[in-house]
Amino acid sequence: MNNEALLVLKDLRKWYRIKRGFFGRTEYIRAVDGVSFSLNKGEAISLVGESGSGKTTLGRTILGLEKPTSGEIIFEGKDLTSLDSKTLAWYRRETGFVQQDPFGALPPFMTIMRILEEPMIINKVSKKERRERVYRALSEVRLTPVEDFVKKYPHMLSGGQQQRVVIARAIILNPKLIIADEPVSMLDASVRIEILTLLRELQRRHNLSIIYITHDLSTTRYFSEWIYVMYAGKIIEKSRTKELLKNPLHPYTKALLQAIPDPDAKNRFVFREIPPGEPPSLVNPPKGCRFNPRCVFAIKGLCDEKEPPEIEVEKDHLTSCWLYADSKK
Amino acid sequence: MSSEFLEVKDLYMYYRTRMGPLQAVDGVSFTMKQGETLALIGESGCGKSSLAKAMIRLLPRNVEVFRGHIYLDGEDLMEMSEDQFRKTVQWQRISMVAQAALNSLNPVIKVGEQVAEPLIVHKEVDKKTALEKAREVFSLVGIPETFVDRYSFELSGGMRQRTIIAMALIMNPEIIILDEPTSALDVLTQANIMNLLKKIRNESNISFILITHDVGLSSELADKVAVMYAGQIVELGDAESFYSSPLHPYSQKLMASVPTLRQDKTPEYIPGAPLSLINPPEGCRFADRCASRMDICSKKPPLVDLGEGRVVRCWLYAK
Repeated sequence: MNNEALLVLKDLRKWYRIKRGFFGRTEYIRAVDGVSFSLNKGEAISLVGESGSGKTTLGRTILGLEKPTSGEIIFEGKDLTSLDSKTLAWYRRETGFVQQDPFGALPPFMTIMRILEEPMIINKVSKKERRERVYRALSEVRLTPVEDFVKKYPHMLSGGQQQRVVIARAIILNPKLIIADEPVSMLDASVRIEILTLLRELQRRHNLSIIYITHDLSTTRYFSEWIYVMYAGKIIEKSRTKELLKNPLHPYTKALLQAIPDPDAKNRFVFREIPPGEPPSLVNPPKGCRFNPRCVFAIKGLCDEKEPPEIEVEKDHLTSCWLYADSKK
Repeated sequence: MSSEFLEVKDLYMYYRTRMGPLQAVDGVSFTMKQGETLALIGESGCGKSSLAKAMIRLLPRNVEVFRGHIYLDGEDLMEMSEDQFRKTVQWQRISMVAQAALNSLNPVIKVGEQVAEPLIVHKEVDKKTALEKAREVFSLVGIPETFVDRYSFELSGGMRQRTIIAMALIMNPEIIILDEPTSALDVLTQANIMNLLKKIRNESNISFILITHDVGLSSELADKVAVMYAGQIVELGDAESFYSSPLHPYSQKLMASVPTLRQDKTPEYIPGAPLSLINPPEGCRFADRCASRMDICSKKPPLVDLGEGRVVRCWLYAK
C-alpha cells in the first residue's frame, strides 16, 4: 500500500434548509455535520451506518453531486469546494459512482454498448478506442461473451449482471476513486459476495480507492482496509477493519456488532442487548454526544453537555466518546 | 390423517404463463410441532413466498395448479371451500406478516383501528371491545398503548413493523407466517424485532414460519430449517445439525456464501444462476451449479430420509 492521500475531507458539512411552522421558520437538516478523514491511494474504506446517518449524503457530497455547506474536499491536492467547470470535468473523470439500484441507474432505452460509450462520448474519445474500452471493461466485470452483452438492453439482464454493467461504467474512464453506495443491498445473498469480490479484484488490479457505503457490517470484513462508523451526521469511530471488528470502542459500534447474527443454532435462545430508542432528529440533534440519550454508559453532566472529541485510543483506532477521555495516547 | 400439528404434504402451486406453467411450488412436504419455528431459506425466485401464499390461500389470479394436502391438527385445509377457509382459517388460525408490509398500512386510518379491524370483520366483535383488545396487543408487541390513536406516518419503521405484527396476532392464530419480516429495517431495529418475536414465542404456543434469504437471521428463530431451491425443498433438518453441518451441496454453498463477523473465513459465491421454473429438467435442479455432480444427477433425485428429521433431496445420500 502506498501512503499517499488521494482524498482529504476537512470538517465537511452538508446542511439542507427547510421551512417549518406557521411563520416559515428556517431550520437545517444536518445530514453531514463535520466529517474529516483522508483516504489513501489503493485503499478501501467502509462507511457504515443506519439509514438517516448521512452516509449517502456524504458520498454524494464527495462526488460533487451536492454542494457542501462548509468544509473542504481536497482531491490530489486540489481543493474542490471552489471548482471551476474545467476542474469539475476533470474530477468527474477521476471518480466513478456505483448506485444502489442498478436498474434505476441504467437508462432502459439504451443498449449496454451505448450506456458504456456515453461517458467517453462526453469526453471525446475516438470511436475505435471507445469500442476497445467497452470490450475491455465488460470482460473485466466478466460479462462474457462480450459480443452478446453489448447488444442487450438493461431489462434483459439479471440484477447481478446489471450491477456489473454499472461497475463497468464506473471504471471505464479509469478513475482513481470509486464510491459504491450500498452496491449489493438489492441483490441476493449469494450474488452479493460475487459482486463485492469483483469490486475488490478491480480495486487491487487498478490501485483504486473505494468508499464502500453500507449498513451491513458483516460484508466489510473482506472488502475494506478501514471501517468508519457514522451516527447522526458524524463519524464516531475510525479503525482498521480487523481491529474494529475485534475490539469495537464506541457503545454504538458495539451495539451494531452485537445485533448481527452469524448462523448458529444457539442464537434462538439469546436476547440481544439493543440500545433503546431511535436515531435522533437531524434538525435538533441532542446536545453533547448525539448517542447519549440511548447510551447505557452516558455520564450525566458530560455526555449530554459537551460534544466528545475524537480520541486516538490505539494506533489508527479513533473514537469520539467521553469514556475514552483518559486513554488518550 | 397425521399426528403432527401441521403437515404439508405434496403441495403444488403452478402459475400460468405464456411459456407454460411455472412450477413455483413443486411437491413440497414438511411437518411442524406446535410452538415450533420453521425457517424457510433460499434465493429470491425459489418459491418461498409462493409457498406462504399457498398456505394462507392468498392466491394470485394466474394460478393454474393448486393441489396437495395441508393438515392442521389433523384436518385437511385443502378440502375446505374458499368460503369455509376464509371464515375459519385465513387470518384466524393461520396469519401472515407479508413482505414490505410496513408500507401497506392505510395512512388515513388510525393504526389502532387497523389492528382491530379483523376482529370486527371476522368475529363480529363490537368496536369498543376490539379497540380494547388492540391496546392489549400493542403492549404485547412493545408499543405504548396510546399509539392506537396515531396514524402510520407518525410511526418509525420499527414501530410500523410492530403494528403489522400486532395485526397478525390479534386473532390469536396458531401459526404466523413471517415473510422477510425485517428486510426493510435497519440492523438495530431488526435485532429489536427478532427479540420481540423470541419473546412472543417464549410466552405463547404460536408456531412461526420464517421466510428469509438471510441465513444468519434465520438462525435467530429457527428450531427447524427447510432449504428451498427452484420450487422444491432440498433439505430439511433441525437447527442444531443444519447450521453446523448442512448436507445438500446447495445448502453447503449457501452457508459458505454467508459473510460472518466472528469467524475468519472468506465467503464464497455460488457460480451460475438458478434455472427457469418453466419446464425444469427431470433431474436435479441444482446439478448445473453443483461441484459434486455425477452422471446419475440427470435422473430425478430421491428424497433421502436420514432419520432424526433430516431429509435431503440428493443422489449423494442415496443408498
